[in-house]
Amino acid sequence: MINRKEAPHIFDPVEFQLNLPPCERFVLDNGVEVYAVNAGEEEVMLAEWVFFAGNCYEHSNIVAATTNFLLKNGTKNKPAFAISEHFEFYGAYLNRHCYNETATLSLHCLTKHLPALLPVVAEILTDSIFPEDELVTYKQNQKQRLQVNLRKCDFVANRLIDEYLFGFDHPYGRYTSTMDYDKLQRDDLAAFYKQYYVNGKCILFVAGKLPVDIQQQLNNVFGKLPFNQAPVPKPHNQPLPAKEKRYEIINDAGGVQGAIRIARPFPNRHHPDFPKAGVLNNIFGGFFGSRLMSNIREEKGYTYGIHSYLQNHIQTSAWMVSTEAGRPVCRPTIDEVYKEMRLLCDETVDDEELDLVRNFMIGTILGDLDGPFQIIARWKNYVLNGLTEAYFYDSINVIKTISAEELQELAKKYLQPEEFYELVVI
Amino acid sequence: MIHYERFVLENGLRVLVHEDHSTPMAVVNVMYDVGARDEDPGQTGFAHLFEHLMFGGSVNISDYDEPLQRAGGENNAYTTNDLTNYYCQLPAQNIETAFWLESDRMLSLAFSEKSLEVQRKVVCEEFKEHYINKPYGDAWHKMRELAYQVHPYRWMTIGKDLKHVEDARIGDVKNFFFKHYRPVNAILVVAGSVKTEDMRTLAEKWFGGIERGTKYERSLPAEPVQSAARLLEVRADVPLDALYKTWHIDSRLEKGYYVADLISEVLGGGTSSRLYQVLVKEKKMFSNIECYHFGSVEKGLFTIEGKLVKGVAMADAEAAVNEEVSRMAADMINDTELQKVKNKTESVIAFEDMSVMNRANSLAFYELLGDADLMNNELARYQAITAEDILEYSKRIFDPNNSNTLHYYSNN
Repeated sequence: MINRKEAPHIFDPVEFQLNLPPCERFVLDNGVEVYAVNAGEEEVMLAEWVFFAGNCYEHSNIVAATTNFLLKNGTKNKPAFAISEHFEFYGAYLNRHCYNETATLSLHCLTKHLPALLPVVAEILTDSIFPEDELVTYKQNQKQRLQVNLRKCDFVANRLIDEYLFGFDHPYGRYTSTMDYDKLQRDDLAAFYKQYYVNGKCILFVAGKLPVDIQQQLNNVFGKLPFNQAPVPKPHNQPLPAKEKRYEIINDAGGVQGAIRIARPFPNRHHPDFPKAGVLNNIFGGFFGSRLMSNIREEKGYTYGIHSYLQNHIQTSAWMVSTEAGRPVCRPTIDEVYKEMRLLCDETVDDEELDLVRNFMIGTILGDLDGPFQIIARWKNYVLNGLTEAYFYDSINVIKTISAEELQELAKKYLQPEEFYELVVI
Repeated sequence: MIHYERFVLENGLRVLVHEDHSTPMAVVNVMYDVGARDEDPGQTGFAHLFEHLMFGGSVNISDYDEPLQRAGGENNAYTTNDLTNYYCQLPAQNIETAFWLESDRMLSLAFSEKSLEVQRKVVCEEFKEHYINKPYGDAWHKMRELAYQVHPYRWMTIGKDLKHVEDARIGDVKNFFFKHYRPVNAILVVAGSVKTEDMRTLAEKWFGGIERGTKYERSLPAEPVQSAARLLEVRADVPLDALYKTWHIDSRLEKGYYVADLISEVLGGGTSSRLYQVLVKEKKMFSNIECYHFGSVEKGLFTIEGKLVKGVAMADAEAAVNEEVSRMAADMINDTELQKVKNKTESVIAFEDMSVMNRANSLAFYELLGDADLMNNELARYQAITAEDILEYSKRIFDPNNSNTLHYYSNN
């Protein structure tokens, strides 16, 4: 008869030796760096072109994101439809994303189709023309999308909390209004494109089951393009946090829930507290077993979910608590969040909880390193943040060794309720 | 080609093991053959509420999550109209922890009143977050009720009414558990860096002693064939008019399902698709438009939904959509377009199969459908579809008498 009361023996993940799978680096003829992870069982791959073309480089609102969005909506030789059809014919996905510092073009495809796809990517990165008609449609549809989103309390809350943290003039705090779309001009997009894409700084990341001649394929198509013509201007945006710390907004008088955001500024990954705060954050609100989840969802049932996290920014970050709670229990939810902060300041975490969090975090990293796309994502994060693989091993060491006393000191330094911005949007 | 071994325990639990030694992780996936379609019409949302209760402690283990997290694992679960699935991933060395946890909650739950009370509230907040406090959040509640008159697909997984969730009682929870959560109604898939023989030993050790239970024989009312078009008009405090149209399609294993899937790609797959190109880019009548279905096990709904450009009349927008579906039913698609949607399907399958978790989930799903081997035949089924099949099937489903239309008007 088995004893079901007794847990099977476990191997503590904290004892595992984790290794970051290697990433090959090579340079194309024009100096473009390529990072490559060749792994995986399926015949698929991804290629991502990263440009320093994020919204911190724009001079008027939404130019960076619009340029990025319309990259594939027409070149000198191909209308938008022909471009879409080309990629979709091969079952490939061509996506683009605009962030604060960087903007990307990414291709997911079956490895066998790569030769047919790369030349059209190159065309997009040299000959996009931003047709006026495409811009008109884009403006209209984005404005409509924005109108719908503005009815959602979580969307509104996400915009406002960033504005309080960084100021509206900082790229991390800025957001878009319908007027910004109206002001967009085709020429601004074309100029931004030329400076930050055609002649911009490009870094390439490829991963998956790569063809044996990947280096040659990339060099043939991209090695002669005029990237990296000028040094990337260093963004030097100064955050201007709001003075007032508490906000309550009624966005929808009939709303049945409130979107709650509680946040404070936090340094970036280069600060020695960052990896330590990763551990403290897990205990606080970083996973399903965290204190915020256990208390506010699993004990009180105020919300479907509550999470805390460190924002993924390059220049400077923020520590954020985020949830949607029933309208009548918004205040009690906020009080409980502060209560959990105080508890972390007042009492050391016991060994049982700390050991669990260490094991959970190591197990999660092990799972995250599973597969080529996950591995390249981690390398990309290090490259773009100016870190090396030493950061991986240092962070793991922190998870394995940080003491309860250090965590308490960290809580006292950062988890002070009065330091936090507090926002409820109904 | 996904390799696996299959065996059945004496108590009827079906076990599938898929070895993949390229990963350090292991996945344990337990799928129960019960979904929202199996609910009492007066007690909808129960299967999903029950999924939450599965984390509220089992007969010998007070907390499911904590030991799993301590072993370095993560887990989640979901409920659909057709089934309920629980999955966890953990370092392969610690796989026995997952067997211990999953088998104990199949043995019996703790049936804690406190857990029921809290999870009722949590699910109500989930209901509000996704379906009440969001613009257009009730559209699918309305569409399902319009399109299905008797079949239980007429309510959503979250439930028809908050009240049904609020009224759930512990007695209902017990009955539901012993009716549906028995080995004979479940499928266990283990995947990742594991050895089949070890998994057989562990499955017998942990699950072998659980009482078999009675096989749940499903007898749901069949939806009568629709014989006239249905239309519902609603007004709500949303910024834009929206149009939803659905047509009944075949069930998951019928050929028509696969044809419908390709039709949805022709019409709505990507920015080179017909609906996007004609209605968003050329005619500029919609600011966005989507075409999809839910992959339902029983006869499902083929859907087109979009938001109208401000100033466009609903009747004009709908006529333009009808023109595109009529074109599907009138003209054969050309070879390039057919090849495109098949290539897309090949690609989708390859990307899905990258993750061992997805593979485990798919194996369980196809086993639930009747045969795990179907997973390895999917691509061939799509490859066999011809342009004639697409034309004929379009004629069948895009009959106006088979359509349900929701005009969702903005009050503003």
